[in-house]
Amino acid sequence: MEQQDKPVKATEKKISRRTLLGGALATAILPVTSVFAKYIQVGVPAIPDPTKQPGPLPGKVGTRSPFESPVKKPSDISSRTPLQDLYSTITPSDLHFERHHAGVPSIDPNQYELLIHGMVERPMKFSLHDLKRFPSVTRTCFIECAGNFRTGKEDMTVQEILGLTSQSEWTGVMLSTLFRELGVDPKATWFLAEGGDAAVLTRSIPIRKAWDDAMIVYAQNGEAIRPEQGYPARLLLPGWEGNTNVKWLRRIEISDAPYFTREETSKYTYPVKDKIRMFSFEMDARSIITYPSFPQTIERGWIEIRGIAWSGRGKVVKVEVSTNAGKNWNEARLQDPILEKAHTYFRHLWHWDGSETEILSRVTDETGYTQPTLKQLIDARGKDIGGYHMNPVTAWRVKRDGNVVFKPENHK
Amino acid sequence: MLKKLKLRRSHALIFGGITIIGMVIWLWLSYQNKQKWPQTFGYGKTATQQDITKWDIDVRPDGKGLPEGSGNVADGAIIYTNKCAACHGADGKEIKGVKLPGPPLVVGGGKTKTIGNYWPYATTLFDYVRRAMPYNVPGSLTNDEVYSLCAWLLNENKIIKANQIMNARTLPKVEMPAQKLFIVDDRKGGPEVK
Repeated sequence: MEQQDKPVKATEKKISRRTLLGGALATAILPVTSVFAKYIQVGVPAIPDPTKQPGPLPGKVGTRSPFESPVKKPSDISSRTPLQDLYSTITPSDLHFERHHAGVPSIDPNQYELLIHGMVERPMKFSLHDLKRFPSVTRTCFIECAGNFRTGKEDMTVQEILGLTSQSEWTGVMLSTLFRELGVDPKATWFLAEGGDAAVLTRSIPIRKAWDDAMIVYAQNGEAIRPEQGYPARLLLPGWEGNTNVKWLRRIEISDAPYFTREETSKYTYPVKDKIRMFSFEMDARSIITYPSFPQTIERGWIEIRGIAWSGRGKVVKVEVSTNAGKNWNEARLQDPILEKAHTYFRHLWHWDGSETEILSRVTDETGYTQPTLKQLIDARGKDIGGYHMNPVTAWRVKRDGNVVFKPENHK
Repeated sequence: MLKKLKLRRSHALIFGGITIIGMVIWLWLSYQNKQKWPQTFGYGKTATQQDITKWDIDVRPDGKGLPEGSGNVADGAIIYTNKCAACHGADGKEIKGVKLPGPPLVVGGGKTKTIGNYWPYATTLFDYVRRAMPYNVPGSLTNDEVYSLCAWLLNENKIIKANQIMNARTLPKVEMPAQKLFIVDDRKGGPEVK
């Protein structure tokens, strides 16, 4: 016993030393943003030669290198993913975009209950423990806010233009599994999903999505879902507009009609010519070049153009990249696996000769839909187009000095 | 004799074959059966009427879910001034050059999306105000207060008269000007940009 105790004590000593080291390291470094998510260190150098001094020991929770600091960009109602700082398609959980309607609620998982009632044989409530006992499913897919489009000025980052999309590996129970448990009336056509936040946010969802691929998820990227993402459980409707993926889900009512809640009438609807379009659920195919993009600069020579493409209606089939302002298009390489309703990484090798040009990307999904230009969208929907469900091709201007800026296209 | 024997042998082959196929199917089926889910997992509890009543606050355009109680325009004006004006402005209209924390609620100039020109159902007003407003104390209004606020907002938007009472019977009957503008998205994917 004594022998077993000794190493424990030794570790405790090491922890305090490590904490001190870690603390010294953190205060010594002030990260300053440079190009393409590189961070240079100013002030006192951390360790002049890391091969001559042992570093901090293993810890309970990992940290990012102090030389890397990708951050979300918050406003009063949302917080955007720094897509230009990511290297592939999984968004680190703490960088997943947020959109709140009344802040992040604090929910005790031991008190949590999900109530399902309405047109069912037996109304039921499930604890978090109950939900976790059901057969589980894991899938990777994106969530994108329906209002994910900004334009207006040259100095805009990918994050500012469309940072309201992120991707995670989600784990939970299929909604159909729960619905079978309750015995849903075959005449039911809709269900209402309600959150347990201060807005008690509600959306009406066609019941076909429940039988198709809807899930109630309690885990994200292998760990419990983050509070900002709906802890302890949220609705996941792969490919459907972010707002319908109700977070902090506490109630589902099964019905034979939609409820026309505020979120599906006053919000998340948009003018199309002289009408107002409602219940647009699927997110249309979209892509963006994340490198090079503002505020990065490039050098002459070989450049690998990189970016993400996705479709709420299925798989990405093709991404094309133009390096001469849309005159010619080249097929980009797609990174496997190409998953349904998921961000797909693309790459295209390009030799830049130093002349001024525009680079842009466009995606085609498996339904045959090709990402439109802003002009095509305006022609189809009218000038009073609104901000929802906008997925235009986005162009970056490459200046002679290597600076890359956004090409704003004002539509109002 | 030889012919009979051949016949018997072929019969045996056929019967044997059928038996083997049968065994395979039976084994396959019994394996499938093990993979089959039970009729019910039995997790969770039956929800009582009390459980449901506590949370079931939604309201449909046909009036399903509207509670008892009523409100009028005059009371609504007082409640609005005390509990809503701080965020939405004194008269619920857009104030040029001022960014209010809440959106305009009453049709003023311009094309702002207000209740009067954009909301298709009056029942949504009751549902949303009761569940989410006032922003700092959500869910604190009584049903009568919510009916009164609906009455005031609808009257300010020139949709109902100043003497109209709002309750579970009158509110679903209010015809909203924007209702005829709403169409359901019928896109199913495919090459067309719509």
